[in-house]
Amino acid sequence: MRRGIVQLVAIGLVVAGILIAVALVFQWLPTSASVEFNRIQDVYWFATAIAIGIFSLVSAVVIFSVWKWRVPLDDDADGPPIHGNTGLEIAWTAVPAVLVIAIGIVSAVVLAKNGEASSTKPLQVTVIGQQFAWKFVYPGYGNKTTGELVLPIHRQAKFTVTSVDVIHSFWVPNFGQKMDAVPGITTSIYVTPTRLGNYQVVCAELCGLGHATMRAKASVVSEAQFEKWAKGKSA
Amino acid sequence: MGEGEVRVTTATHEPSPPQLYPSEFEPPRGPTWRLFFGPGLGRALWMTPLFFTLGMFLVVGLRYWWGWDPVWDWTVIYSVGGMIAAPVGFLAGIGAFDYWLHYISGRPTRPEDHSGHGAASWKDYFRVNTDHKVIGIQYLCTTFVFFVIGGFMAMLFRAELAQPGLQFLDSQSFNGLVSVHATLMIFLFIIPAFAGIANFVVPLMLGAPDMAFPRLNALSYWLLPIAGVMFLASFVSPGGAFGAGWTGYAPLSVDGPIGNIFFNMGVQWAGASSVMTALNFLVTIITMRAPGMTFWRMPLLVWANFTTSLLVVIATPFIAGSQFFVFFDRMLHTDFFTPSGGGYVLGYQHIFWFYSHPAVYIMMLPGFGIVSEVISTNARKPIFGYRLMALSLIGILVLGFSVWAHHMFVAGMANWLRVPMMITTLLIAVPTGIKVFSWIATLWGGRIHLTTPMLFALGFVTMFTIGGLSGIYLGAVPIDIHASDTYFIVAHIHYVLFGGSVFTIFAGVYYWFPKMTGRMYDERLGKAHFWLTFVSFNATFFPMHYLGLRGMNRRVFDYPSAFGNLNFFISVASFVLGASVVIFFYNMIMSWAHGPRAEANPWHAHTLEWQVSSPPPIFNFDEIPQVVGGPYEYGVPGARHAVLAPAREAEHAEQVHA
Repeated sequence: MRRGIVQLVAIGLVVAGILIAVALVFQWLPTSASVEFNRIQDVYWFATAIAIGIFSLVSAVVIFSVWKWRVPLDDDADGPPIHGNTGLEIAWTAVPAVLVIAIGIVSAVVLAKNGEASSTKPLQVTVIGQQFAWKFVYPGYGNKTTGELVLPIHRQAKFTVTSVDVIHSFWVPNFGQKMDAVPGITTSIYVTPTRLGNYQVVCAELCGLGHATMRAKASVVSEAQFEKWAKGKSA
Repeated sequence: MGEGEVRVTTATHEPSPPQLYPSEFEPPRGPTWRLFFGPGLGRALWMTPLFFTLGMFLVVGLRYWWGWDPVWDWTVIYSVGGMIAAPVGFLAGIGAFDYWLHYISGRPTRPEDHSGHGAASWKDYFRVNTDHKVIGIQYLCTTFVFFVIGGFMAMLFRAELAQPGLQFLDSQSFNGLVSVHATLMIFLFIIPAFAGIANFVVPLMLGAPDMAFPRLNALSYWLLPIAGVMFLASFVSPGGAFGAGWTGYAPLSVDGPIGNIFFNMGVQWAGASSVMTALNFLVTIITMRAPGMTFWRMPLLVWANFTTSLLVVIATPFIAGSQFFVFFDRMLHTDFFTPSGGGYVLGYQHIFWFYSHPAVYIMMLPGFGIVSEVISTNARKPIFGYRLMALSLIGILVLGFSVWAHHMFVAGMANWLRVPMMITTLLIAVPTGIKVFSWIATLWGGRIHLTTPMLFALGFVTMFTIGGLSGIYLGAVPIDIHASDTYFIVAHIHYVLFGGSVFTIFAGVYYWFPKMTGRMYDERLGKAHFWLTFVSFNATFFPMHYLGLRGMNRRVFDYPSAFGNLNFFISVASFVLGASVVIFFYNMIMSWAHGPRAEANPWHAHTLEWQVSSPPPIFNFDEIPQVVGGPYEYGVPGARHAVLAPAREAEHAEQVHA
């Protein structure tokens, strides 16, 4: 049996090795462009480590069992009458419970941090969704209203999100943060951009015929550029 | 009580050939009269339009009476005449109400449920039949028809998605196809396919002659095609099919084209069917267990259907409510979900998910049951930790009601609700994990027979583990905020519902095929079906995790061109997946027609359905079985699950040794 356990572990390690390679070789997440997304990616990697462990265990046992104990279809004998094992059953109730609680705690901490206003005054941006375009209003800059989102780097922005018709969802994949635009109520999220560049605002909630093309440009610029742009004429 | 009496009297008259209308109950009429006025499709053919017309004139009459303009409002006429009156006419025509109407009006009731019990020819599957075995097969055949239709829709929009931009669909038909695909697969395939398998198997496993309420059982089945036809009919309605997703979020579903009404009302018929079947299972399981069949001796499939039925009965009224409110918002101009009138938009999502999250378990627990049967039998070992397996079902049932708002982490609901809902969501992984670990522990050291059902069961265990693990990502709020409403979700639900539920449906159909048809399927074709499905399923859905995380939102016909190659690959893989189903149908149809005769117990299983002939006798058990032990006592010397009367036992022994 000792040899069997070694073989089982070997299968598990091979599966885990393949999965780790798949997880690392491909770039599964878009490049993070915000403080919030950095934290989300930490949770993602934590969950991925646990998921790879569990899947390797399950698939190793399945592969090993079929390999070792497969018999021809006309075999008449029965296996050993093992009805259970209290110790094992307690273990596989308790260990997963601990693991998921750990994910829960990490998530709750990140969620709280991502929902906190930083000490400096955040840039206020009102996001209005409507079939099938986005509108961005900057109350701190004379309600400057634009169809493209411009944000200064390293300054936290607070998005107040609402909709004038049906539900939309405000999402910039590189920021990692997403919030539905719901008619009748306002919702909010924080994003602190960390990377200069152009990104895309995407509508993530099915909102009708033009849902797929309800996109807008989002750019992160330097503080100076932003001030210049914001004080310019409303587009 | 009355039913039990009828059963006894007819059982003694059994030798007479099945006859739909014994002469003493039916005035002598010719075949033409029977075709158009006897219960059946012929009568339904004229009663359905008749009831539609009645509904139409009710609407028109009342509108004229009150002086409303326009008198001919077709939206109202379609809803009342088409979606309420016509289905009632269809059910009356097919004869679903005949017994009750005769009984109410004091006319002699035909014991149609027992003289017409069982199916003498294929035609008997097209009429109201109260035999649970016939109904089980009716369910399965119907649901597989909708599986094919839903699958074609998926291939159609996958073809569209092979390249960015619109090729041959328009945006309305794309949204319609996506929405109807999901709706058919959920309400007309997965949920009722499990009901079909359970209909056939559960009474047999319990040692019962039939379900507790055979006529209600027949009615439940006949509601199903109504819902299916209604969902499909939305394609020909003005403005096209409902296109707000199967989730039908208000206010989009309130404002959209009237195709949405077809969803609102179709869900009512499918839901009513579900609830009636679930009540039937609950009463059957509680009251019709054979002597000695305690709860702790019930096979896990029965446990699974018991917990599923509780979920259905408790949760389904919520989706009915949510759809009625949407319907009222449109038709009666109420403001349940319209913010301008003080409505609460998020209220829809709360009510909807209070059903639709438990619905995920409605679509999963029966599969857990099937897999427990298949793995235990094919590993020739008792299921590992039987009691914990049953208790974990109860755990999922209870926890399942406390996680609904994890579908709403980015919906704008109260912020404080997110962490508690995350914790319950993550905790539900614990009873689910117990099941997975118990299945693989059952494999350990067994004598594993890699039959087709076993392959699908093992495929299920691994694929469902992936679906469960991606569920943990989505349960963790921060990751969900990024991944919500993307292709990551699409990947997750297909790992749970295809790699999970559909694999178990295939496992169940192969496993009980010999019992249902009395014939054996082709093992080589079954294995080919499994491997082709397994590979193409992963090729189709695994890359979707990547697309979603990288930024491809769901329910879109257009996407950034950087995702083009991968989407093309997925589309090709999805066609292979579609083609793999052809092998399944070929195997099923050819084996049913020409396959070798099946033994009573080809798998040497212990549960009761295998202790009777294949297919089972008309009332399942000639003698009432006496249950004396657990259902999975493989390898225990001399252990029996049940003792059947001597005559039957001898016959069974003969069949086994033949």
